[in-house]
Amino acid sequence: MEDLFVIGGKTLKSRFFLGTGKFESKEAMRQAIIRSGAQVVTVALRRIDLEQTEENILSFIPEEIVLMVNTSGARNAQEAIRIARIAREAGYGNWVKIEVINDSRYLLPDNQETIKATEVLSAEGFVVLPYMHPDLYAAKALAKAGAAAIMPLGSLIGSNQGLKMKTLIEVLIEEIEEIPIIVDAGIGRPSHAAEAMEMGADAVLVNTAVAAAKDPVLMACAFAGGVEAGRMAFLAGPGHVRTTASASSPLTGFLFNE
Amino acid sequence: MNSPFPHINLSHLTIDDCISIFHTEDRGLLEELAQAARDLTHQYFGGAIGLYAPLYISNYCTNRCTYCGFQAHSDLTRRKLTLDEIDRECRALAGTGIRNCLILTGESSYHSPPSYIREAIIVAGRHFPNVSLEVYPLTTDEYRGLYHAGADGVTLYQETYDRKRYDELHISGPKKDYAYRIEAPERIAKAGFRHISMGALLGLTDWREDIPKLFSHIRYLERKYPGIEYTLSFPRIRPVAKDSQHYFEVSDRDMVKIICTGRLLFPRAGINLSTRENSEFRDRIIQFGITRMSAGSLTSVGGYIDRNTHEQEGQFEVHDQRSLKEIKSMLMSKGYDPVVTDWRNIVNQ
Repeated sequence: MEDLFVIGGKTLKSRFFLGTGKFESKEAMRQAIIRSGAQVVTVALRRIDLEQTEENILSFIPEEIVLMVNTSGARNAQEAIRIARIAREAGYGNWVKIEVINDSRYLLPDNQETIKATEVLSAEGFVVLPYMHPDLYAAKALAKAGAAAIMPLGSLIGSNQGLKMKTLIEVLIEEIEEIPIIVDAGIGRPSHAAEAMEMGADAVLVNTAVAAAKDPVLMACAFAGGVEAGRMAFLAGPGHVRTTASASSPLTGFLFNE
Repeated sequence: MNSPFPHINLSHLTIDDCISIFHTEDRGLLEELAQAARDLTHQYFGGAIGLYAPLYISNYCTNRCTYCGFQAHSDLTRRKLTLDEIDRECRALAGTGIRNCLILTGESSYHSPPSYIREAIIVAGRHFPNVSLEVYPLTTDEYRGLYHAGADGVTLYQETYDRKRYDELHISGPKKDYAYRIEAPERIAKAGFRHISMGALLGLTDWREDIPKLFSHIRYLERKYPGIEYTLSFPRIRPVAKDSQHYFEVSDRDMVKIICTGRLLFPRAGINLSTRENSEFRDRIIQFGITRMSAGSLTSVGGYIDRNTHEQEGQFEVHDQRSLKEIKSMLMSKGYDPVVTDWRNIVNQ
């Protein structure tokens, strides 16, 4: 049986989402999308030339790919809402990744403003995927506000540091059952992506680690493979990590006349 | 290899480290610095280089600054574009492919008051999704009016952080008020702008002392106004006619140190590269941390419609005269991604 998952009414096979920034060339980006089998990509509205006077980034994204416009540059809920509406009016679908960042040094998301934007946009019929700091209360509020999934950060954007937020993301995976969890930001190696999937994340979004690799196309494939392996391991049910060898039972052995 | 600077940790550089870096001739450290800056830039920006072009709308100016080609007492023809002329300049500039326009004026409350700048922003907004300003310091309310009119960024250089030297070089005019200028970035931030571009005009005084003060100024603003995107600029002074002032030399090696320390201290900040630099040097230093550059720049009023005007009357000599198209293909051939569209005005409120 195929392992599919659904977001915003779309049934997806690939759990590897790709960001489109920082690529050396638009052609490399296109190849990375095609070869990795990614089905969802995110593009910043700020980078789309709506008047189409220059070579347009969108013409390098294959038609069957789900476009998730992001609100990069928004500093509060109001601005994120305006950007999302511009994107929809311009005909870029109704999937929006909300990024509300009011911190140019670390680029950390503002959960409170993100929740406000999610409430408004999901009421307007958008499929809302908010980028967030992995906080349980915020995650619950986002689910209640109508988010189609939540996207907690693994570590600081662009840092390649991996799952520094591991414990908190595990809490979200354990507690948030109503919507998928997509780990976004900071994933630097395919092994990080595999680890997130083994933990039970529903998908992983990567940008920098692919775009800034020496061979971005090959790296995109490596990530897709890592995501798939991690997902299979999760489904297979990995054994618990034990601190002692399982043969010895110093505490309970007496119950078995050992 | 034993570093002569064991206390310097390039992955956690501090502003205090600048002094030893700026004074050393150690080649090993310079190379390490350059590599660290290149890697960090690649990590956070990939190959993206934002491109923009300046649009001079008026060169009336009541300031006398020893180093400026527009200064009040030169025999330059003074000119101010009408709104119709601004519209035509914008059309000509947008026709070259530019999507991000930087409006510049001289300081004249009579010829280029905030109301005139405001009208210019509205006209430019019809041609460009992204409009920024490089104008004299204003009050918070005046800045707010320009932000609401559709401008998203402001460039304002302190020129020098040496108060005494600042006073010597700014002979007369409102620019003589050092405090009003140094406090302007905070007023810009309070008015709501998204981008602030700051810099020092290198060579007015000893850059080794000016640059750490510029860095501290930006760090202060970054803590207080974290939502703003900051850009650093390091223009080198180019001598103009009839100026007898003595300036400090800033070598190419010095420029590399300045750009690299700027990158390491502000990993995600923009760093702007001036067209005052010649194309050969520009092409070489892009990799050390540059994320923004102007392309196809003309520094005269009305230059994009009438190229002849430009021949004689620019504010400073543009050393890199390549067109947008040429700059784009140079960047692509070196593995960079020229970014022309990087913002869409979303109705500033």
